[in-house]
Amino acid sequence: MNADEPFIRFDWIIDNLGQIGQRLGEHVLMVVASVLIGFVISFGLALLARSHRWTYGPIIAVTSTLYAIPSLALFVLLIPITGLSLTTGIVALVLYTLLILVRNIVVALDGVPPEVVEAATGMGYGPLQRFWRVELPVATPVIVAGLRIATVTTVGLVAITTFIGLGGLGYLIINSGTRRFFPTSIYVGVALCVVLAVVADLLLLWLQRRLTPWAAAQGR
Amino acid sequence: MELFGQGIAWLADPANWTDPRNGIFLRLWEHVSLSAAALAAAIAIGLPIGVWIGHTGRGATAVIAIANIGRAVPSIGWLGIVFPLTLVAFGRGGLGFVPSVIALTALGIPPIVTNAYAGMREVDADLVEAGRGMGMREMDVVRQVEIPVALPVILAGIRVSAVQIVATATLAAIVGGGTLGDFIIQGIFVRALDRVVGAAILVAILAILTELAFSLLERRAISPGIRRGGQAAPIEPGGVALPRVAG
Amino acid sequence: MQDAAGAVVAFEHVTKRYGRSGGPPAVDDLTFTVAAGEICVLVGPSGSGKTTTMKMVNRLIEPTSGRITIDGQDVMSLPAVELRRRIGYVIQQVGLFPHLTVAENIAVVPGLLDWDKPRIRTRVEELLDLIGLEAGSYADRYPAELSGGERQRVGVARALAADPPVMLMDEPFGAVDPIRRDRLQNEFLRLQDKVGKTVIFVTHDVDEAIKMADRIAILQRGGTLAQYDAPAAILAEPASEFVEHFVGADRGLKRLSLNRVSDLELTRPIVVRAGDDRAAARGRLRDGDGAGYALLVDAEGRPIGWIDDDELAGDGTITADAARAGAVTVEPETTLRDALSALLGSSVMLGVVVDERERVIGLVSVESISDRLRKAGSPT
Ligand SMILES: Nc1ncnc2c1ncn2[C@@H]1O[C@H](COP(=O)(O)OP(=O)(O)OP(=O)(O)O)[C@@H](O)[C@H]1O
Ligand SMILES: [Mg+2]
Repeated sequence: MNADEPFIRFDWIIDNLGQIGQRLGEHVLMVVASVLIGFVISFGLALLARSHRWTYGPIIAVTSTLYAIPSLALFVLLIPITGLSLTTGIVALVLYTLLILVRNIVVALDGVPPEVVEAATGMGYGPLQRFWRVELPVATPVIVAGLRIATVTTVGLVAITTFIGLGGLGYLIINSGTRRFFPTSIYVGVALCVVLAVVADLLLLWLQRRLTPWAAAQGR
Repeated sequence: MELFGQGIAWLADPANWTDPRNGIFLRLWEHVSLSAAALAAAIAIGLPIGVWIGHTGRGATAVIAIANIGRAVPSIGWLGIVFPLTLVAFGRGGLGFVPSVIALTALGIPPIVTNAYAGMREVDADLVEAGRGMGMREMDVVRQVEIPVALPVILAGIRVSAVQIVATATLAAIVGGGTLGDFIIQGIFVRALDRVVGAAILVAILAILTELAFSLLERRAISPGIRRGGQAAPIEPGGVALPRVAG
Repeated sequence: MQDAAGAVVAFEHVTKRYGRSGGPPAVDDLTFTVAAGEICVLVGPSGSGKTTTMKMVNRLIEPTSGRITIDGQDVMSLPAVELRRRIGYVIQQVGLFPHLTVAENIAVVPGLLDWDKPRIRTRVEELLDLIGLEAGSYADRYPAELSGGERQRVGVARALAADPPVMLMDEPFGAVDPIRRDRLQNEFLRLQDKVGKTVIFVTHDVDEAIKMADRIAILQRGGTLAQYDAPAAILAEPASEFVEHFVGADRGLKRLSLNRVSDLELTRPIVVRAGDDRAAARGRLRDGDGAGYALLVDAEGRPIGWIDDDELAGDGTITADAARAGAVTVEPETTLRDALSALLGSSVMLGVVVDERERVIGLVSVESISDRLRKAGSPT
């Protein structure tokens, strides 16, 4: 970087709006895909953990260990299996969502007051009906809380996929920013990541309020 | 699995450990010292802020909002933000340790602040009033009542922060901070997956050890009278923090 | 150590308004004096300013106008923390510090006062003894390892630690069940006999007020004093319609609360123990006036239950499980009202009076209570 290189070059931003938009789009796509897939898998795992309680310990142990592997390394390690592809990125990102999502879904469902479940049973709900109509709605705020954390985490992690040729906004931060000593690109990338995380968080919060109007006072 | 074996083999070769310019011992030392410095700084800054806003309730909304935005900054983003600044401030000498410590500190502060705040707020108002009613000064109330009762949550925040810093220190390699992440970056460029795997194993072990060490510390520091039993708490936005994957 | 006796607490035109603007007062122009060593109970409907009045004494709340003195000294003339260390404070939720052991909890105020270690240790043991908890097994426990009643007792001990002349108690027994509350009340009355503090005690339960108080201050909405007098006087002559209504239509019955079991002449039960000869026990039952029941007690003299003639039939000795029904127990401090309602709820209609160690000291019957009332002049 030259000493006279300004921190923010607006002309560059304007000239590169197309590229920036494209990176943002990639970023959003990876976040949405990973969180959705992660949620579906976690939901299955959580149901398994609840119907066969002994599986909960091992599930948490495995997902915690995955969580402890540095992301930079995990992405690279998947290359021999899935190549330098979008799949590699998504698989790793999905793995990282599991711990938070499984734990929150289980805690949420466990947290449904037993008297509520009993009342529902007493009113003649079958087990499946009871799950969809009573337990799941009551557990929704805590489940969405897990989704919010998982989403914000994933927004940050997508940036690391730059090292395997993807990266979304991470490309702006690392490749054109840090490697080439070009601060404008870094700050644009970071700012958009933050905006994306905040917007995603607010969207999920809004979703939760819509889904559970009775719990309006709880969300933060 | 074959890759895993390669990583173990790389770790098993003593020559890889002792190289004075690029050995595992050197990188491990860089990793640990960088993490320790950042954690110490994060505690020194974050803990008083969290305790203060938790005790007074003043400025909480603003501080917590800032901490939450801080959490939304990707870990790599902190390095990106800090390093041009230190480059300008210190020139080429600003590469490496200094921007890494600053970035890791920034990353480590939010969980410490939010947990200290949440822990202090959670302390039963009756306990605080009992303390005051018995003639404690404000500082006594903070030190003898609120902090000990909030300790499980406060220490959990420090633990999360520590694990996060240890994991993210990997990324310092990008700005010349060395650390075990250096092997991963090297490995990517020269396609030497054995050292990527080996370093990844070490970082994972280091993160797990950090977690264990802090759990032990918690067990010793927290009064047996307030060990938390019962139901696991959900992970909440803005609430008690969980480490995030990084590096 | 000889505990210091109480001090005189005087309220002089004390008014408290919350908030900056001149809203309605929470406490309005209170003037009354609590004599040294008396229990003054503040009672009144919710929001009548009981807690506010009490907390102005240790300045957790500061009065808007008027003054409060302790033995003539204005509470505002001392630094708040010093004042508070000289006033015992017990709250409903007890407020024991969960991270400290029982001994450490009791030692808080002595610690703030910089007492030396041996002195603190001696004091803690003395207090544990006073509240009837054995230091050996209780000192190092945490509050989570105590029953609700034990926690409450430790809360009282903690408040007594630095031997304050004045104790403030805000609904101290509000969170315990009625039976345990009766026990705790009795225990506190026995304790107060020994320590003679000036106690300001808040409750919204009229029966508790009548039982505990030397003098009752009845507050009404708006924080004014409706009546300040001894319990008997308040029951006999309510000063206003509000007081009459608040005390309740069953004032006659409530006067039963003015007398205690210790005011009765107790009869002696026919006591049998496991291992006694059945035939001999039958003989004693026939000769005595135990209303056809013998009381089975354990080795320490604590009641197990009642046995009647039928269950004593046959030869051999009495076994420990021979008792037919559990025995209702009352303590000397129990009010006649509570005793009566306990008796009416039991199948045998007899109450076993026990001491602090739960050893039998006598019997009460419905007749003995009604005799006593007849002598005292029948309640209105
Ligand atoms: N901190 C406060 N700020 C504003 N108003 C208050 C505050 N504390 C109490 N009040 C008001 O002052 C009045 C008296 O309250 P106080 O707590 O003394 O009542 P109380 O007699 O103890 O009632 P309760 O039996 O419900 O405990 C109430 O109207 C209450 O709403
Ligand atoms: Mg009150």
